[in-house]
Amino acid sequence: MNAPTRYYDESVKGFITWSIIWGTVAVLIGILISLQLAWPQLNVAPYLTYGRLRPIHTNAAIFGWGIGSFIALFFYITQRLTKSPLWSPGLARVTLWLFNFAIASAAVTLALGINRTKEYAELEWPLALVVAVVWVLFSTNVFMTILKRKEEQMYISLWYIMATLVGVTVLYVVNNLGVPLHLFKSYSAFAGTNDANVQWWYGHNAVAMVLTTPPLAIFYYFLPKVTGNPIFSHRMGIIAFWSLIFMYLWTGAHHLLWTPVPDWIQTVAMAFSIMLIAPSWGAVFNGYLTMNGKWEQMKSNYLVKFLICGITFYGLQTIQGPMQAIRTFSAFIHYTDWVPGHVHMGALGWVSMVLFAAIYYAVAKMNDTEIYSVKLADTHFWLVLVGQLIYSITMWTAGVQQASMLLATNPDGSLHYSFMETMIAIFPYYKMRAASGFIYLAGLLVFIYNVYKTYQKGSSAESVRA
Amino acid sequence: MLEKNPVIFIILAFVVIMIGTTVTMIAPFKWINGPNDRIAEVKPYTPLQQEGRDIYMREGCNNCHSQTVRTLAADVERYGYGGGYSKSGEFVYDRPHLWGSRRTGPDLAHIGLKYPDQKGMWHRKHMENPQSVVPASNMPAYAFLNEPLDTTYSERKMKLLKFPYSQADLDELKGKTEMDAIIAYMRKLGTDIPIKKAEAGQQASVSKNNPFSDLKAVKADALSIYAKDCASCHGDKREGTLGPALTGSSKTDAELFAIISKGIEANGMPSFGGSLDEQKIWKLVTLIKLGKQND
Repeated sequence: MNAPTRYYDESVKGFITWSIIWGTVAVLIGILISLQLAWPQLNVAPYLTYGRLRPIHTNAAIFGWGIGSFIALFFYITQRLTKSPLWSPGLARVTLWLFNFAIASAAVTLALGINRTKEYAELEWPLALVVAVVWVLFSTNVFMTILKRKEEQMYISLWYIMATLVGVTVLYVVNNLGVPLHLFKSYSAFAGTNDANVQWWYGHNAVAMVLTTPPLAIFYYFLPKVTGNPIFSHRMGIIAFWSLIFMYLWTGAHHLLWTPVPDWIQTVAMAFSIMLIAPSWGAVFNGYLTMNGKWEQMKSNYLVKFLICGITFYGLQTIQGPMQAIRTFSAFIHYTDWVPGHVHMGALGWVSMVLFAAIYYAVAKMNDTEIYSVKLADTHFWLVLVGQLIYSITMWTAGVQQASMLLATNPDGSLHYSFMETMIAIFPYYKMRAASGFIYLAGLLVFIYNVYKTYQKGSSAESVRA
Repeated sequence: MLEKNPVIFIILAFVVIMIGTTVTMIAPFKWINGPNDRIAEVKPYTPLQQEGRDIYMREGCNNCHSQTVRTLAADVERYGYGGGYSKSGEFVYDRPHLWGSRRTGPDLAHIGLKYPDQKGMWHRKHMENPQSVVPASNMPAYAFLNEPLDTTYSERKMKLLKFPYSQADLDELKGKTEMDAIIAYMRKLGTDIPIKKAEAGQQASVSKNNPFSDLKAVKADALSIYAKDCASCHGDKREGTLGPALTGSSKTDAELFAIISKGIEANGMPSFGGSLDEQKIWKLVTLIKLGKQND
């Protein structure tokens, strides 16, 4: 056996720490804005109003927690799958600094009302440039590590990683094209219906390239690691991968059903959305069948719980999503709270569950120790699961209720309910949703404590060994 | 082979991603916003309206208010305000689009048709303190917009967006507040679209005579409808605030019915023909004609 490769894990640790910090910010702001929706007097003008805070919540969640932890885990996974050290540790350190600068500046500028209003691409052009630079530096580092790899065969996770690198670059650059007025203001390069079509090509494929392919890369790497079972089918992985990245790009306009976007684009988007069930469930089955004969690990291995629960939510998400992409169903639930219910099942149930497992595993591994407390990890699991379920279920219910009321008509064809009546009906759900946020936050705090203690345990073990 | 060559792999992944992108995102530029989409009556924003639009963006109003009336009967009835569903041509000057994705508040694509009054009194009162107009509303208060408007970049914006403007348009900005600007933007939304007046008036002509002659029989219903839809502008006791007092009226029942149903464009009275059925409107008419202040 060769001497083990020395991995560069400092930046992995750095990105994990900061992604958890930004994730906590996202949850805290999420709780605040959920309270504001129930009690509007909690808006503090002008900086802490709902309209300015909501983009901070989504940016902290997607870019801070999501992208931050993906960068960490891509660095971690790539080194191990290539059996090679990271191409440039110095570049990785710079990337972390720039990343934190970008996220912190994002929070400040968004609170000041500096934004482009395009969902999930709100940052004004100078910051969007910084984000692009962060992404290019990170991508170069990962890709160069893959190029110089010592293991010839590239495992499935590396494909998903590479697709992410190229996909996000294309999406982000195109949707951010604009004309600057001055340093803090620009206008989109596209107008009206064109702008909407570009935006949701971006918006939906951000879901593909940021919230699907990276967690899948992580899932495919950590499930066999955690369980000791090889992945069920490599071939199914290949088919699912290529069909997933092919089909996703056609589906953006399902966010724009019944709008002035040409009908054929809507119909194509609807059809491809339904077809997407197949590759999505390819990954789900691959996960489930990997567990064949070893399902008792759901009980004995706390990490399996997170991973299998995560992939199950991915499965539910990729059934619910295509349903929402059907015209008739969209007519009913679009613009209601059903959609935040759906999104949070993906963000809290699927993406975060997989990230929690990966971070627990990687932190213990990198510190050459075991997790501080499996019991606390179990507590964490149940708190975030219950919090997320209450969130999604109350919002689905609110969405169905409001949708029914909005569509109700009198015998003469006039509308039965005023808009305000439909809102009053769902305010109780807003309060329940806020409560679910606190439960989720409690789970997150347990997670942070457990990770912190695992680090401590690792460093004390190290000093003993020394 | 693919699994061993990252360069070929990444090129192929790029090509695969670009197929759907080309068909559904790049190709449509050929058709969208082309001559077929144009609506001649739709005009670009004036400097004041564009400033208002930028404030709308700054405050993130798009996080709660959509701006597209879908081609659904309920959408057209609730948010069309006589302007029908949204057409592509209505948005050709919108950079970026502000269609939104969630309606925590109502759609605003045609809001200018609902509150046509020149001074924007309803909007002003509503934005300063939403709950004073809609008691259960969860909208934040925007009284802080009563600040002088920063016009440093107003002209440059017009040039950048290639919108026509005159010196008079720029002079109009003088002494204006941010509130004035956002109200100017609200009043513009949807008002350029040509509306078939005959169609809008159709609904009101159906009614004939007031089926109610006894106030007692309808009072409870009428008061609850009044509290919900009318009190915000006519006062809790119908004493008149933004709108006139409604205790007794010299107008005929049919005239009152027409006003409630169609609204009065000149002074800002919204139309309720879309949200209240005939029975409800007649109950309100009965209340206005026969009700006393302390009822």
